[in-house]
Amino acid sequence: MSALKLKKGSTSHSAYNLRANFSDVIERHTLAVLVENEPGVLARVIGLFSGRGYNIDSLTVAEVDHTGHRSRITIVTSGTPQVIEQIKAQLGRIVPVHDVHDLTVEGPSVERELAMFKVSGTGDKRVEALRLADIFRASVVDSTLETFIFEITGAPEKIDAFADLMRPLGLTDVARTGVAALPRGD
Amino acid sequence: MTRKMTGAKMIVQALIDQGVDTVFGYPGGAVLPIYDEVFQQNSIKHVLVRHEQGAVHAAEGYARSTGKPGVVLVTSGPGATNAVTGLTDALLDSIPLVVLTGQVPTFMIGSDAFQEADTVGITRPCTKHNWLVKDTDKLAGVLHEAFHVATSGRPGPVLVDIPKDVQFATGQYEPKKPSVSHYQPPVKGDMTAITELVAAMETAKRPVFYTGGGVINSGPAASQLLRELVEATGFPITSTLMGLGCYPASGDKWLGMLGMHGLYEANMAMHDCDLMINIGARFDDRITGVVDLFSPKSTKAHIDIDPSSINKIIRVDIPIVGDVGHVLEDMLKVWKSRGRKTNSEAVAKWWKKINEWRSIDCLKFEQNGKVIKPQYALARLEALTKKYDRYITTEVGQHQMWAAQYLGFEDPNRWMTSGGLGTMGYGFPASIGVQMAHKDALVINVAGEASWLMNMQEMGTAMQYNLPVKQFILNNERLGMVRQWQELLHGERYSQSWSESLPDFVKLAEAFGAKGILCSDPDDLDDAIMEMITYDGPVIFDCLVEKHENCFPMIPSGKAHNDMMLAGVDTQGVIDAKGSVLV
Ligand SMILES: Cc1ncc(C[n+]2csc(CCOP(=O)(O)OP(=O)(O)O)c2C)c(N)n1
Ligand SMILES: [Mg+2]
Repeated sequence: MSALKLKKGSTSHSAYNLRANFSDVIERHTLAVLVENEPGVLARVIGLFSGRGYNIDSLTVAEVDHTGHRSRITIVTSGTPQVIEQIKAQLGRIVPVHDVHDLTVEGPSVERELAMFKVSGTGDKRVEALRLADIFRASVVDSTLETFIFEITGAPEKIDAFADLMRPLGLTDVARTGVAALPRGD
Repeated sequence: MTRKMTGAKMIVQALIDQGVDTVFGYPGGAVLPIYDEVFQQNSIKHVLVRHEQGAVHAAEGYARSTGKPGVVLVTSGPGATNAVTGLTDALLDSIPLVVLTGQVPTFMIGSDAFQEADTVGITRPCTKHNWLVKDTDKLAGVLHEAFHVATSGRPGPVLVDIPKDVQFATGQYEPKKPSVSHYQPPVKGDMTAITELVAAMETAKRPVFYTGGGVINSGPAASQLLRELVEATGFPITSTLMGLGCYPASGDKWLGMLGMHGLYEANMAMHDCDLMINIGARFDDRITGVVDLFSPKSTKAHIDIDPSSINKIIRVDIPIVGDVGHVLEDMLKVWKSRGRKTNSEAVAKWWKKINEWRSIDCLKFEQNGKVIKPQYALARLEALTKKYDRYITTEVGQHQMWAAQYLGFEDPNRWMTSGGLGTMGYGFPASIGVQMAHKDALVINVAGEASWLMNMQEMGTAMQYNLPVKQFILNNERLGMVRQWQELLHGERYSQSWSESLPDFVKLAEAFGAKGILCSDPDDLDDAIMEMITYDGPVIFDCLVEKHENCFPMIPSGKAHNDMMLAGVDTQGVIDAKGSVLV
């Protein structure tokens, strides 16, 4: 049956370095964690990741249901399939955690992130930055004679791509919110 | 029916409503209102320990020997930080505890007030859950929820931090009612998986039950069902350190403990089996040794109430998430309804093989000469105390492993030891907790002299409450287990593993008003043990034993189960550089 869809047999690693000898590929997963909005709940989640040596690529949190005291934590993490399964199981046993969803495997989902980029430059570079921003549908939210602040929303990859383009054009500062994600359909 | 009362009174009321009869604790400024309430009632006994670590271990002993949660009450700051080792110990061994700590008043939190510590911050990683209660109206609800969380699903320690102003203020008392908490871990296992396991059991040629502390935690009924299943199938059974007693040591299917210092036959059976049925154990590294050499030919089933235990260390083929008792009941039902089949011919052959391993008699030792061998001391202790209503606790080290090897447990909840954390200093306070719960029983702490000294102040507690706990110290004047590793791994350079300047344990006992017995001659041992048992009061038994005895069998670090070291072999160079980084 293998409810957890894992290969048969014992693992190929030692208990003492659970991950180092792990041959499986590293996967990136987006997890949606619905929690009771009580004091310390974020510390519990973050403490779990740091205490057990898991990665956090990005993390966002906000209350999503005021009357029901629910917050939604969206975590982008990476690890081997075993590690991802462990992360989900470990999250699931935190007492104020109601639900853990792996959006990466549970069907199509939409991921969005908001970022702000400060680009400083003059002349051609400044014009080029504005032109590219237009193509990426980034809007100018502040400008001085030498700087722009662009605001851009999109999938993380789109934001990465925009950052790559802005770098040679005088990118000086970046602020990103981290990923918010929802599954598509019902 | 709700009532108005102070927070302090609510605490005592909630404990009474939860059926608590004993609290282990130590007072201080931040819990004075609670102690004032403790003073004014007679329903709950309070045991004044001599150090907060002792309170937590005593509560663990109480919990482990009764199946009920242990309760601790300590003050803020140092009271709370002293409890941290005990909390971590209980977390790793899944022992249900409710620990109440005082806190500075809410309006002073964050100001580095006197005896302020971020208790919920410090204990977040060493509790199953914790709460800081800032509103007296919520206090009773949180306390009831604390008991629910500590005892549901995989048990564990919880902590409730209660600021002093919340204790003084008046609020609404919420009586205990069925939990409305969303925290309701499922106890029933998946029937498809259970059926798959039963099918595997019907055809298995070389099956083995690998059981652990989860069977004990599931309650006595689980041990009963396990016995029924073992007898009905005729499969061999081994257990981890934490599971001893879930199946009787006198049973003929019993292979003894497995793991690093487990029995040869148990480890060999684990290595060569074709079906491993893990019931309430967690593939701890003391059990598996090197994971990629662990039981390479077997199909593995794993029954555990905690989904995160599944595939954490060893990938299994048949995972079953559920409470051991419920799953065993369903397994038996399904197995019977399918016609009670096993591959008895193959299993008989498997037993022949196992009996060959058994015939090596890996625990044999010779008591010759005038120095007591630790194994002999435990074999005599076993022979002379077996027939009593007996509970054993231990400290941590060689003596602990010998106790696990040479003492036999017929029933669950009779064996209290620090498994996951390996906490020296656990055994003595734990024996106090056990004796509090079982006033007329014979409670013995098998100790090493070094471990015992870590919480020796609890002699005061034993005396004050008339607890006739027997401290059976195997005194090798060494940090024996450390010395053994230094012998095997560090060229016999015995760095800091001497117990220098040991006290005269007999005089120490007398200083507390207890009885001290010194024994150094094997010929005197039986009489001395009888004197210990029959004395009505706490005893420190200073048993001088062979100083350089090693604990065998041993799976050296970095080796597989079928690569065990037995007694009497050359110990040099068995552990290679790779193995020596392991703990
Ligand atoms: C609190 C704590 N500190 C250190 C250790 C490491 N340690 C494990 S066994 C041991 C020696 C124990 O000596 P003793 O109690 O005399 O028992 P023996 O091994 O001699 O039987 C030590 C220091 C530990 N387990 N716990
Ligand atoms: Mg010693």
